[in-house]
Amino acid sequence: MSDFAVETNALGRVFKDGNVQALKGVSLQVPRGQVFGLLGPNGSGKTTMIRILSTTLAPTSGSATVDGFDVVKQADDVRRRIGLAGQFATVDENLTGFENLRMIGSLNHLKKSYVVARAHELLERFNLAEAGNRMLKGYSGGMRRRLDLAAALMANPPILFLDEPTTGLDPQSRQDLWTIIEQLVEEGTTVLLTTQYLEEADRLAKQLVVLDKGSIIAQGTSAELKATLGTTVLVLTFETTADARRGFELVMNLTQKKANIDGTIVELTLEDGPRAAADALRRLDAENIPVAGLSLREPSLDDVFLTLTGSRPDEEVVVDTKKARKAH
Amino acid sequence: MTTPMHAEKSSLRWVISDVLTMAQRNILAIIRIPSALVFTIIQPIMFVLLFRYVFGGAIPVGTTFGNYVNYLIPGILVQTTIFGAVGTAIGLAEDLKRGLIERFRALPMARMAVLAGRTVSDLARNILILLVITGVGFAVGFRPGGGFVAYVQASLLMLLFAYCLSWGFAYIGLTAPNPETAQAMTFPLIFPLTFASSIFVPVASMPHWLQVFARNQPVSQAAEAVRGLMLGIPHGQSTYISLAWGLAALLILGPLSTRRYRTAS
Repeated sequence: MSDFAVETNALGRVFKDGNVQALKGVSLQVPRGQVFGLLGPNGSGKTTMIRILSTTLAPTSGSATVDGFDVVKQADDVRRRIGLAGQFATVDENLTGFENLRMIGSLNHLKKSYVVARAHELLERFNLAEAGNRMLKGYSGGMRRRLDLAAALMANPPILFLDEPTTGLDPQSRQDLWTIIEQLVEEGTTVLLTTQYLEEADRLAKQLVVLDKGSIIAQGTSAELKATLGTTVLVLTFETTADARRGFELVMNLTQKKANIDGTIVELTLEDGPRAAADALRRLDAENIPVAGLSLREPSLDDVFLTLTGSRPDEEVVVDTKKARKAH
Repeated sequence: MTTPMHAEKSSLRWVISDVLTMAQRNILAIIRIPSALVFTIIQPIMFVLLFRYVFGGAIPVGTTFGNYVNYLIPGILVQTTIFGAVGTAIGLAEDLKRGLIERFRALPMARMAVLAGRTVSDLARNILILLVITGVGFAVGFRPGGGFVAYVQASLLMLLFAYCLSWGFAYIGLTAPNPETAQAMTFPLIFPLTFASSIFVPVASMPHWLQVFARNQPVSQAAEAVRGLMLGIPHGQSTYISLAWGLAALLILGPLSTRRYRTAS
């Protein structure tokens, strides 16, 4: 058995239509029993990665194994070990929740008695027991996403691929899914998760890979990624914009990095936050400029992402799901 | 991987089980969307009534058939079952659009089960239509003289022909970017095949250039064979010709569709 749940070696994919190179030789190793995050904006290659690993798309170069099995040569072995769920919540509208799970169970070649028991267990667990005998037309987005995840879990796979599982969900549904994912990992499941939400990656993923335009541009734990910035941000709030402008003139030379002003808020990116904060207060006090608020902020993954890619991950909005799937 | 939860079956039984699972799922959908079923059943009934009572009086078919209704009903049956193949294309295009095909492809199921399940459920729908139209036909004066066995033979031929066609139309469903386009793409095929044919009117009434096409195209051959068998009148080699067309479509387009299924997105 391979040491890693998922291993890719210079994995690449070129799409024929338009010569789009969706993946450019990505190598990564996903350890067992944890959430591994693939972070990146739309078009970064996240979904292409998931599609190759779940055997629905062939790579054009490189290789990949899932649970030790080659995704091209041993595709059926891979399919028996994975569950796939994601932003497109691929469930059948014309069936009930229970019938959806029964269908997936049967296509996984599970015993009938097991299928029925497992379907009821998962409906119960994901708070869908009451809705289980209703057709999907009345299901909310969150319910569909939970059912989609339940379907992925029917065969109790050791490895789960979640492609932007909470995209488009309300905060409560997102929290619910996070809790479920955390429970699954506690039970020993390996989760490979793609997300555009830094908060999600920060909360769930032990290790992260940041993809941009088909290549890995950073990897490590979320703490390590934040540490690469090696900075803190000093945020000063003033009572008036005039004060803010005067204050900004006074403190801007405290940093060689970044200083910006937005209304009554001044932000300085600093190497040594606490000392700079004291300096700033002394200067402002000397000029009698009142300070309404002061805080030192550790960099968020948002800052890391912005620094690495030059854009925020959620800037693009996907409307056409089919086009989006092709673009990835 | 065989675990206590996995069923022990030979791979052929798995294939059959997968096909039936997919067919069952499609049939449930047909039952659940009454408008679709009503449309499937009501439309051919409207055609029967339209041609029987509105156009029929103006269409001379000669004495071989007894009267126009005997000429018409076998034709309507062929036309309706062929229209059913459009449903194959639309159904697959819908599954593709919703991402269901992507999910199926990531399951350890038989590769051809999605397509085969769809064609099997369309076959089931065609059997229902056959029974309904036969009943309606008898109610409006259809009196086939070929006997029961020949009627069953004609029905089987027709169902087989339509089934083969479904595999061809599956290719359209997997190629179209969305269900609406899939439907539009089938139209230029379906329209000449069903109307420039011997389904509603004798080919001899058409201009000569059209007769060449209308007489020899596969749907006319199928209509000739089904009509000939049902009415118990000579129908040349049309049974064999239509069977050959059907099997050729299945053997050429079936593998093409299956290949398309693996890469469609």
